[in-house]
Amino acid sequence: METRRLIIIGSGPAGYTAAIYAARAGLKPLVFAGPQKGGQLMWTTEVENFPGFPDGVMGPELMDRCRKQAERFEAEVVDTSVDHIDLSHKPFVVKVGDQEHHADSLIIATGASAKWLGIPGEEEYKGRGVSACATCDGFFFRGKNVVVVGAGDAALEEATFLTKFANKITVFVRSGEMRGSKPLQDRAKEEDKIHIIYFTEVKEVLGDGQKVTGLKIINNQTGEESEIATDGLFVTIGHKPNTELVEGKLDLTKGYLVTEPGSSKTSVEGVFAAGDVADWKYRQAITAAGSGCMAALDCQRWLSEKE
Amino acid sequence: MSVLHLTKESFDQSVLHAEKPVLVDFWAPWCGPCQMMSPVIDGLAEEMETAVFGKVNVDEEQVLAQEHNILSIPTFLIYKHGQVVDQFSGAMKKEDLQSRLEKHL
Repeated sequence: METRRLIIIGSGPAGYTAAIYAARAGLKPLVFAGPQKGGQLMWTTEVENFPGFPDGVMGPELMDRCRKQAERFEAEVVDTSVDHIDLSHKPFVVKVGDQEHHADSLIIATGASAKWLGIPGEEEYKGRGVSACATCDGFFFRGKNVVVVGAGDAALEEATFLTKFANKITVFVRSGEMRGSKPLQDRAKEEDKIHIIYFTEVKEVLGDGQKVTGLKIINNQTGEESEIATDGLFVTIGHKPNTELVEGKLDLTKGYLVTEPGSSKTSVEGVFAAGDVADWKYRQAITAAGSGCMAALDCQRWLSEKE
Repeated sequence: MSVLHLTKESFDQSVLHAEKPVLVDFWAPWCGPCQMMSPVIDGLAEEMETAVFGKVNVDEEQVLAQEHNILSIPTFLIYKHGQVVDQFSGAMKKEDLQSRLEKHL
């Protein structure tokens, strides 16, 4: 069987940028796009902070352009997900369904996924009022009352976005303060429709069997429980790195892939990491793209040193 | 077979009175996960002869979306003999969608 020089797992800004650099260097990388082709930006609308787009760019369009750019240089992008990888011998083995692919080197760019609360009723009412994507689902809450859970930039962005549709947006924050950036906080606090309530946790999603009707909440200072009526619950409590493929095979810290300082090298020689799967700090499209570039350059250098 | 572009007018005839099971995809052009799923639906429609595939653009068919209690997109409804037998939301792998549909064939 043919052994590829490089397989890239993931198709967000990190995976595609790594593919562009590696393809231009002649490595003919194979890219497995994974279960969320295009990554987290596919869940967004307008991206205003990616350099080179003075009028903003739609997240899905940006990713589509990245993919085309990679394919122009003969990166092969496949819309399937990897089931299993074997790093115990060379070449590395990447299993996809009943197919096996072999590669001298790997770039892991599997990104991160939205976290859920894990409370009763949440799973049952997903798509029936429970959502992790205001840009997808806000449209259906015109004139309604909704709740946003979370304290970071994403929660503030979602709450502000929802003012376009919803009547009233209540933001529940577990602690006594928001963690989001100052400009986003200021924008949210100026909105009459947004009400921020601190020290409050959601315990249960209530519904009528068809859709969400309310929430059971608790004030974590007084312990007082109560029920409120709402039509929707938007969960934006952060992301978790997608490390299922590499658990037990590569070193992790705080759940994230570990890379050598100033490098994209992981704990196994020939395996490199890029993007949110290895970044607990910045988590931006542009930093993911930057680290994708680093991984491709590190990989290229490593491959040529081996020869 | 190609994917049916469903409207309020065509829904009853194409979905409720269909002989084969029907998978209906509620979507909108501004929704990223819907864009991801669009080629998946097109591909399954090409490959599977035992089911019918339709799409409802919720921007154009707001009444239809409301009637079906759609609160999230993409949402998929599977109809069999005019009855909803399954409903689920969110982007998923082609194989997963296919096996979910095959349970009802």
